[in-house]
Amino acid sequence: MSIEQALINFTLHLADDALILGHRNSEWTGHGPILEQDIAISNIALDLIGQARNFYQYAALLINQSGGVEAGGVGGGFWSGGVGTDGVVTDVGGRGAAGAGANGVDKGSGGVRINGGERGSGEAGGRGPGVVVMEDSLAYLRDAWDFKNCLLVEQANGDWGKTILRQFFFSAAQYALYDQLRYGKDAQLAAISEKASKEVAYHLRWSSEWVIRLGDGTYESHTRMKKSLDELWKFTGELFIPSSYEQQLAKEGIGVDLSLLRPRWEERVREIFSEARLSYPGEEARKGGDGGEGADKRGGGEGGVGKKSAGGVLSGGKEGRHTEELGYILAEMQFLQRAYPGCEW
Amino acid sequence: MPEQQWPLWEIFIRSKQGLDHKHAGSLHAADAQMAIENARDVYTRRMEGVSIWVVESKYIHASNPDEAAAFFDPANDKVYRHPTFYDLPDELKYM
Repeated sequence: MSIEQALINFTLHLADDALILGHRNSEWTGHGPILEQDIAISNIALDLIGQARNFYQYAALLINQSGGVEAGGVGGGFWSGGVGTDGVVTDVGGRGAAGAGANGVDKGSGGVRINGGERGSGEAGGRGPGVVVMEDSLAYLRDAWDFKNCLLVEQANGDWGKTILRQFFFSAAQYALYDQLRYGKDAQLAAISEKASKEVAYHLRWSSEWVIRLGDGTYESHTRMKKSLDELWKFTGELFIPSSYEQQLAKEGIGVDLSLLRPRWEERVREIFSEARLSYPGEEARKGGDGGEGADKRGGGEGGVGKKSAGGVLSGGKEGRHTEELGYILAEMQFLQRAYPGCEW
Repeated sequence: MPEQQWPLWEIFIRSKQGLDHKHAGSLHAADAQMAIENARDVYTRRMEGVSIWVVESKYIHASNPDEAAAFFDPANDKVYRHPTFYDLPDELKYM
């Protein structure tokens, strides 16, 4: 794919990771075990969604500059639609905006018009200067196969310990990633990473403390943490498996070489685990079980998730192949925008 | 561990502009580290401060309100304790 498209995909991947995890964390709001922790996890959710917004805005800019979605883009599917700032509504079915005509482009409105003539073709619909994409359309109007978040962030919250562990694994990786990305060649990604690094440093600190407290806590908390570790470990491998676009960008110095991040992540996890009296599963645990693209059995299907062992590496999220969890998340998160396109409050 | 067993901590925050830590409120936490993080999450969301002190509530000792009369009233009418009571000779320019 072109560097342009790779950059778009990478930016969307970063945005999707942040948005989906932010959404998952927000499910705790009002339900946290203790007031101060309810506030803490909500703060973290807000931080992540803020990062997502920055990335989506940049992705929208890149997409609009490049003239729309490539027909052969990763995941396919048509997802530009919604409402322009002038209040013109185009439903996702794309019957065409009032007065736009079959190939109408109303540049002056700053809104979204769907090119009515191409709508029926299915795949290539988004192409062309008529479609303006915004952060909201990227977040609310893409379907699961267009999302490029890793599988870890879409996993269910489970109990408090599982949420903490998921946050810990992700923040340790995200911290290492942003720490590299802030020196990358893309100025916008560098700026976003620089700002986000401070937020993520706190997420990492907060979740590390809790992993230690729960791991080295009571018998019950320790048992629950071990169970959560069994459930989540298989999703950690994907954090360091580069997708095609990540590989391409790393070569250009725009992205990050994920293999450089892994030792830092591992060091941090081992350090915290030893204090938490949790044993580090290690690579052997990854080799048992599936050992491959377990989620790939059918598009968007759950693939190897049903395997019993803690082993194996499940991946595919970065390329749009997700566990069934993502479907439920999007159904909740996107319902309002899809049912009442362009609604504001 | 049920929340009722976590000790109570008093939180003091030094604002951006200010010089002293002001009492911001209280919260429950298992230990000092957690108290500091909780204070950060609960009391500094709107950039209220740049520094946090936490003190377990049991270590704060307060004067008894019943004794307020004996403690504080006598200072009310001793005007000679205020520097403004005294006239300074003009030669003392820098007092």
